[in-house]
Order: sequence, then structure tokens, then C-alpha cells
Amino acid sequence: MRIPCPCCGERGVEEFAYLGDANVVRPTPDAPAEAWLNYVYLRDNPAGAHDELWYHSAGCHLWLTVTRDTRNHAVLAVRSARDIALARSA
Amino acid sequence: MTGDAQPFRLAEGGLIDRTQSLRFRFDGQDYTGLAGDTLASALLANGVRLVGRSFKYHRPRGILSAGSEEPNALATLRSGAQREPNSRMTVTELFDGLEAESQNRFPSLRHDLLAINNLVSPLLSAGFYYKTFMWPAAFWEKLYEPIIRRAAGLGRASTAPDPDHYEKATVFCDVLVIGAGPAGLAAALAAAQGGARVILCDEDCRPGGRALVERRLIDGKPVAHWAQDMTTAFTALPHATLMTRTTVFGAYDHGTYGAVERVADHLAAPQLHQPRQRLWRIIARRTILAAGAVERPLVFPGNDRPGVMLAGAVRSYLNRWAVAPGSRAVVFANNDDAARTLADLAAAKVSVAAWVDPRTDIPAAVRRAAEAAGAVVHAGAVVEATRGGTALRGVSLRDAAGRSTAVDCDLLAMSGGWNPTLHLTSHQNAKPVWRESLASFVPGALPPGMVVVGAALGSLALSDGLAEGIREGLAAAAACGFAAPELRVPETDVESIAISPLWRVKAKGKAFVDFQNDVTAKDVQLAEREGFRSIEHLKRYTTLGMATDQGRTSSVTAVALMAEATQRDVAETGTTTYRPPFTPVALGALAGHHRGPHFRPHRLTPTHEWATRLGAVFVDAGMWKRAQYFPLPGENDWLVTVCREVTAVRERVGICDVTTLGKIDIQGADAARFLECVYTNAWKSLPVGRVRYGLMLREDGFVMDDGTAARLAPDHFVMTTTTANAGKVFQHLEFCHQVLWPHLDVQLISVTDQWAQLAVAGPKARDVLRAVVDPDFDLSNAAFPYMAAAEVTVAGGIPARLFRLSFSGELAYELAVPARYGAALAERLMQAGAPFGIVPYGTEALGVMRIEKGHPAGAELNGQTTAHDLGMGRLLSTKKDFVGAVMARRPALTDSQRPTLVGLRPIDRTLRLRAGAHLLPRAVTPDAAHDQGWVTSAAYSPTLGHWIGLGMLTQGPQRLGEIIRAWDPVRAGDVLVEVVHPVFVDPKGERLHD
Repeated sequence: MRIPCPCCGERGVEEFAYLGDANVVRPTPDAPAEAWLNYVYLRDNPAGAHDELWYHSAGCHLWLTVTRDTRNHAVLAVRSARDIALARSA
Repeated sequence: MTGDAQPFRLAEGGLIDRTQSLRFRFDGQDYTGLAGDTLASALLANGVRLVGRSFKYHRPRGILSAGSEEPNALATLRSGAQREPNSRMTVTELFDGLEAESQNRFPSLRHDLLAINNLVSPLLSAGFYYKTFMWPAAFWEKLYEPIIRRAAGLGRASTAPDPDHYEKATVFCDVLVIGAGPAGLAAALAAAQGGARVILCDEDCRPGGRALVERRLIDGKPVAHWAQDMTTAFTALPHATLMTRTTVFGAYDHGTYGAVERVADHLAAPQLHQPRQRLWRIIARRTILAAGAVERPLVFPGNDRPGVMLAGAVRSYLNRWAVAPGSRAVVFANNDDAARTLADLAAAKVSVAAWVDPRTDIPAAVRRAAEAAGAVVHAGAVVEATRGGTALRGVSLRDAAGRSTAVDCDLLAMSGGWNPTLHLTSHQNAKPVWRESLASFVPGALPPGMVVVGAALGSLALSDGLAEGIREGLAAAAACGFAAPELRVPETDVESIAISPLWRVKAKGKAFVDFQNDVTAKDVQLAEREGFRSIEHLKRYTTLGMATDQGRTSSVTAVALMAEATQRDVAETGTTTYRPPFTPVALGALAGHHRGPHFRPHRLTPTHEWATRLGAVFVDAGMWKRAQYFPLPGENDWLVTVCREVTAVRERVGICDVTTLGKIDIQGADAARFLECVYTNAWKSLPVGRVRYGLMLREDGFVMDDGTAARLAPDHFVMTTTTANAGKVFQHLEFCHQVLWPHLDVQLISVTDQWAQLAVAGPKARDVLRAVVDPDFDLSNAAFPYMAAAEVTVAGGIPARLFRLSFSGELAYELAVPARYGAALAERLMQAGAPFGIVPYGTEALGVMRIEKGHPAGAELNGQTTAHDLGMGRLLSTKKDFVGAVMARRPALTDSQRPTLVGLRPIDRTLRLRAGAHLLPRAVTPDAAHDQGWVTSAAYSPTLGHWIGLGMLTQGPQRLGEIIRAWDPVRAGDVLVEVVHPVFVDPKGERLHD
């Protein structure tokens, strides 16, 4: 696989570390237990487009939200995870 | 036999160098071939037809093909550690001095005792092993398997380490063309002429593909000359790269291809510093697959006898290598293409006895070719049997009316049609689709960026292949932004590829589908009867399509036969999934340089050479090599050395390189707020010039890592992590920074490699430092107390960072200097410490002292322990949010029944404690139900004079004073231990504060 890093350009997958589902959002400390359970343990595993967190560990150290089709590894979009997080909290 | 005879070498023609004789040895016999030969062509030139015994029945086998699809002609090449079994003779380039041995015969190829298997073959049908050797189970490993392994199987690998070396490389291109046959050459040149970076790969040693082996014309030129001209034109272009002897074996995601280049396999031995093979990762924006097609055998009794050969391979040997594979031939084919073999045999003055064609309506052109070659045409006829022992002597024909005729011959050229070499199109799971007109599968959906041209697409006609090659070559270049020049499709001679499928000849006797695995048409039917109808089940049950050839000559025929047996159509029956590698790849090539000590990179500390000079023994800590202990002359037991080092630190002073601890520089207005988020305890209150211990949790509430952070300025911290988790913690912090708390004004960078850090520990530590730290800095206890941190200078102005930290429990400091000064600092400290009896100490003494002090380390921070388990519950702040805060409060994580950190002391002080022992109450059966914990770490404490341990024990802190059992059944350990407080030495911590 190759991932187009917005900072470094297209790079081989061996430069990246995978974390998983990018759509989980950390609850507030006072959120109900169920929200925390979902956040820590439950992950979507769709057959199709999936937003995932990847870390460019052997590159710029950016955390990326990569939209990948899990059926064929097609990379549909790559964005900075920080930009998404900032937009979410704004 | 005299060497130079080569009785089957034709007087003229061929792409061989007749001036260069090459000596070689096959099964102990000396022969001579010519430069340009393969082992197969050289053997045929010498009249050697019998080259191996089959996998299961030990039947005599000859050379079937002229390419990498060869199922029969496998040899073991070279000897000793370089011995390589299962080498296909058809692609083994001859070199002077080559030594080859046939395989799977005992004691010799001609007299093979295990050929008895052929006589008892009714017993050895598909699934025989599974059915017969089922019981008693214990016999399998000891008796059945060794016998079966001796009788069956292919060649035997060397057991010695591979002495050759291998390389890996990555290359990028605009257009990758796979296969340098006519279509591939046309595509590559078309793409490269527009300026695109083009890589053209071919598994052969010279480009041309079928152009090297056919007597045909392109633009009135012999195809071999045309191919030579195309190659010259291609390689003259600046961005064009031709890679011969290079097999593209896998198509991976996003235009990534795996290829193996056989750099030195055609030489007796690699030259100095030359790798034997090179593994390429090719990254291409567009790919053109022009891998050609593989001819398939016909299935009839005795179709495996030496002398039966694919019709296209016969042309290869005649035209490329000027070798007659026989002296009197019969051609048996169901298609027009094979008629070229008639003309080529005749041109080489090999007599052709018959053209046997199952079609009743034979095209006029084919009849004319047969007549021109002097062959009798048998329409609507099949070969129903072959005669001969280890060499073909004749065939029996059966005509449409069922009459049999015997024909003498020593060569039977057969063709069942051509299967497109579409394997790479399937590597990303796409299924090939059936094409009736071709009686074969053609590529279905393609990997993104790939197109297929020529025979690989099912376009068997040369004219089609050339047109497709040019069209797709230009299109690929255009897709990469390179303007397409105008190109004319060259003219070719007349051709016909008409075919009428014949999947098997119905007659008595063994008719082979898969030659390599000895699978017959009957085995396919048996598999069907026993319920193995899926093509994937057929493969596993009969082994059809396995081993080195991966069913290249057999798989389509097998699908058709299964379709027939199950009365389905072939399209519905489908193929097995083709996966990488396309042809076998040596494990050595996949490993490259990553073997032995180079398996992964290693990191050396700044004091590595200094420690080496002092005789240190090193230990791997992640990628680091760390000094484990420093034996003095005469110390032959590591424990003696370690005890001496510990005692020296506790009584005097020692130094230890702690550079490997992860160091992360954290700066920004929100640096303290950031630490509050990632550590469990409070940080805002930490004054500048102070260090604090920090505990880090995962979001699920379990402990991830621990370390310290020093505040060098209001907006500047330096964090340390454990050696093992340095990378993981840094990644985690970046995650917290970028994803969880993106609004914080903070920047992180790893400075592990930038700073050398040395621990100076022991009652005399301050005295030593006074001679190293520049004198304007006040080291007194009042000015620089325990947990102080400062930026200082050492040795006359070198910038340094000083931390008053202690892992040993003694008065101790950690002194960091820019990495390049690390070794000099170690030397300076040793000089300064000499009057005080300073010693260097390693990780082993470090470990002993931390166990004496009850500090948790890797064995306790094992990912399954909580802050409460480690006795650090008080470090979980209740006044702030931090990673893991919520989940750490879950009842199960604070349950008092959980195993909790304790110290352990053997009642009999002479006994040894071992990490891993189970902790059990005294008077119970030792079993899992009574398990109450385990010993995490154990060490001999020279300070106390006996073994001590740390462990996790249910309700541990409430059981101080209780005597329990440390039970270690695998090492025969059964020791009564007293549960004690985990801090064994200086429990009040007075030494730290001196």
C-alpha cells in the first residue's frame, strides 16, 4: 500500500503505523460509562470506505485520517487528523 | 561419452555461440553445451531425454517445456551450502562447470527402485496418504511420515547456511512493462518514446519472448531480428530501463510490484561483492502486463513419457537453441498454431510421421503445412497410448472410426492450446473469466493502473499483440502526462489461432493432468466422486497445482475436467485464486541483508566503544546494545561481577550509561497542561528546576509506561520514558497532542539520540561530580536537593543537564551531555572517581538495585497491571482529566483481590527465587485454581546476602509477614517465601536525600 501524506507526498505503507477507526471521539470525563466503553473498545469494521488513523512514524510524525476502502485498499482521502480534531472542537 | 558430440545439435541457426563450448556435468556424466544454452537445451543436444522421476509414482520424465512453467525437468544445482534443489532445467542458463543432479530417484535415474510405486499405483490414488495412514496416530510422526518423505517429494535443500548474499532495492517508474515479448517490446518502446520513465522486465536472459523461438516475420524481418532492433531502440532512450533475468512475481496495492533479479545465477559463483539475487520493489504509475501465454499439454495415456513435449517448446529448441528434440516426430494438436511446429521440424530436417488432429474438419492451411512437412494427416484422431520405457519409441493413434494405428516416433509434439499468463491480474483477488473461443481463461477485473496486452490478454495472434502493445504503451505514457508520438503497427505474416478444445482422450492408462504432482484425469474424477468438487478442494485433495510450477501447465485443464465431471460449464467451475509469487522466490532474496546480526538494525550508545574497551558484555534491549556487566580479569561468573558492581555503588560510586531511556523534549505555553493530560499525577505545580516521577496510563486504565519529567523552564520539560517504550510513548504523545488535545500550544521532539546520559550513583557521587561539573555550580544538598534539575556546564563549558534522580536508591545523579561528548564524559567521570573507587556498572547491576528498591520495571509494567496493582494508586489525580482516568476507576481495576506488588524473601536464605514462579498458599494442591499470583522479578541481593523477589500477589499488601509458596514446576522450584514490603534496602529513602 501507498499513502499520500499531505506533508511528505506518497510514501510506502512501511513508513506508517496503524491505529484504527478515526471516527471515535473521546468522551468528556463525566460521560456515561457506556460512552467510554464504546470509545475504548468498540470499533466499526465496515466493508467499504473507512476512516482510519495512521501515523507517519518514519516521516513527518503527522497523524493522518486516511479514508480507505477496506475491500480493495483504495485510498479515497487523506487529511491531517489534527485539522479534523480542531474542526470538531470548534 | 565424448564431450563435443552433441548429436542432436542442428548444423546451423539458433541464438547460440558455436565458438564457445561449455562443459557441464549431469548425474556424474560430463557433457558439453554452447553459450546461450539452457541446461535443458544442452541435455537435449546431447540426446539426454530422461531427466527426472516423478513425484509420487517415480515415473521416468523428460523435458516438457522450454520455460519457467516446466513441471518435470527439475534438478539440484551446485553442491554443499550452495546446493539448490528444484531448479527448472529449462530456465537454468548453462555456464562452464555447471553441476546438476536429477531428483527423486534411488539409487539412479535409470534404475529407480521406487518405480515400484507405479505398479502399486491403484493404491496410491489421490488422498491415499490421508486414508491409509490414519492410525495408530503415534505411528504418523515416527514411521509413516519419514518413509513417505523419503519416497515422495522433490529435491532436498542444503542444511548449511546460505553463503551467498542478496540485495533489496526500490525503483520508481511511470510505466512498468512486464514481459519483453513482441507485445511487451512494442508497448515499452511506444511508452518510452514519449519520454516516460519505462522499466521493461523479462524473466529470460534476453528480451524477445516468443520472438526468439518462432520462424516468423514482422515487417518482412525475422522476428528475432525485429526484437533485437526494438531492444536496441528501447535501451538507447535515456529513461528506459531493461531488466532481464528479472521475474515480476507479485502485484501489490497501489502500483507496487515485487520482482526478483537473478544477478549471478548464470555464473558459476557471484563475483566479489555481487549479490546472487536482488529483490526489487517496483513502484509504477501504470503497468502493462505482456506476460504471454503458456501452452497446455493434452491429456492422454502415457502423455508423460520422455519424448513427449509441448509443440511450442519443440519450436523453441529447434529455432533458439538449434537442437532437434528427436529424429522422427508426430504432432498431436487441436489447434492451428501447432501447425508451425510441422514447418519448423521439416526445416530442421526432422522427419514428421503424422499430424494427429481431433478435429474432423482440419483447415486447409494446416493440411498444406502437414503435407509440406511430409506428415500423414489423421483427422478426427487422437493419440491413445505411447510406447517405450524411459524414452518414447512410438504412439498408438485412434481414428474417428475407432481403428488403432501404431506409428514409430521418438518425439511427440503436443498442443492443447494456450493459456494466457494472467496470474498477476489475479493477485488482488480478481477472478479470470472464461473465453470459449480460446478455450481458456482471460483476465477479468484488473488491478488499478494495470492493462494487459497480447497473449496474456488472450490475443494470441502476433498482429493483435503488436497493435495492443503500441496502443496501450502510448495510452500509459499519455496517462502519465507524456505526449504520444504517432506509431505504425508493423505488418506480420499470415496466422491462425483456431482451436477446438480437447480436454482428455478417453482411453485406458494413466493420463496426466499435473505432471509435477502426478495427478491424473482419473484422480480428478475420484476427487469429484468423493465430494471435493470445488476447484479449491480439488487442489488440496489431489495437490494439483501445487509445488514449484503452481499448475501453470495443468490448472485450466483440471478446471475443464472438473466441469465435465460435475456437468457444469467451465466458467461456473472457476479457477483457484492465483497468489504471489508467480514463480518460486528464494527465501534468501526475501530476507536480503536482514539475516543473522543484521536481522534488524542495532543502536549503539555513545559509550559503546568505551564499554567495549573495559570488557563489557552486551545485552540487547530493544534495538540497543547495552553494557550488561563489566567483568574484571579472573571473574568467570557473571554473578560475581554483578555483586561487585552493586556493592561498589552501594558503598562507593558507579556510573552507568542510561542514554537508551527515551528522551522527549516538550516545549510550548501549554507544556505543563499537556503533561497533566498524559500523566496521572499533577504537573502544573512542579517548579522550574525540579524533576517529578510520572505514571502514564493507556486509555483503558492500565499502566502504559513510567518515567520522569524535568521542568527546565516554565514552558520547557524534558521527559524520560523506559527504553522499551520510547517509540510507543512518543507516538502516543503525538496522538494526544494532534488528535485529543489539538488546541494545546505544545511541540514535541524525540531527543534520545541527541543526548548521552550517564547515571552517577553511590555515596561518593557528589564528590565525583564536583570534579566534572564546572565549579560555579553549587552541588550542595541544600542548593541541589533530591529531584532537582539544572542546566549546567561540565569539563570547562560543555553544556549539560543535571538531574538528581536515583533508580538505585543511592545518592545519585543523571548527567546528560550532547551525544558526541558521551564517551569523553564517561572517561572523565572514571578519572574523577578513581580516588573513590568508582566502577562502571551495567544493566544487570541496575536491575538488581531496582529490585532491592522495589521499583517496577518491564516485568511489572507488563500491560496488565494498574496503578493500584503497583502500589501507586495515590498517583491517580482526582482533580483533572488524563488519559485513562475514567477507565482506571472501574471497580474491577481497583478490586482489592487483584494481584498487587509485594516483596518476597525465601525462608531458607540459601534458596534461589526465580521469576515466573507461581505464588500459592502453603497448604494447598498446586494447581491453577489455587494460583494467587507470580514472581515478576528475582535477583540475588549482595546487599542482603540472599535472593529476593518482587511479585504480584492477591491482596498482597494485607499479607505482609505471611509465608507462602513460590512454586516453579518447570524448573523444579518449590520455595517457601515470606511476603514483605517491596522496598528491601533503605525503606525510608534516607540515602537519596543525603
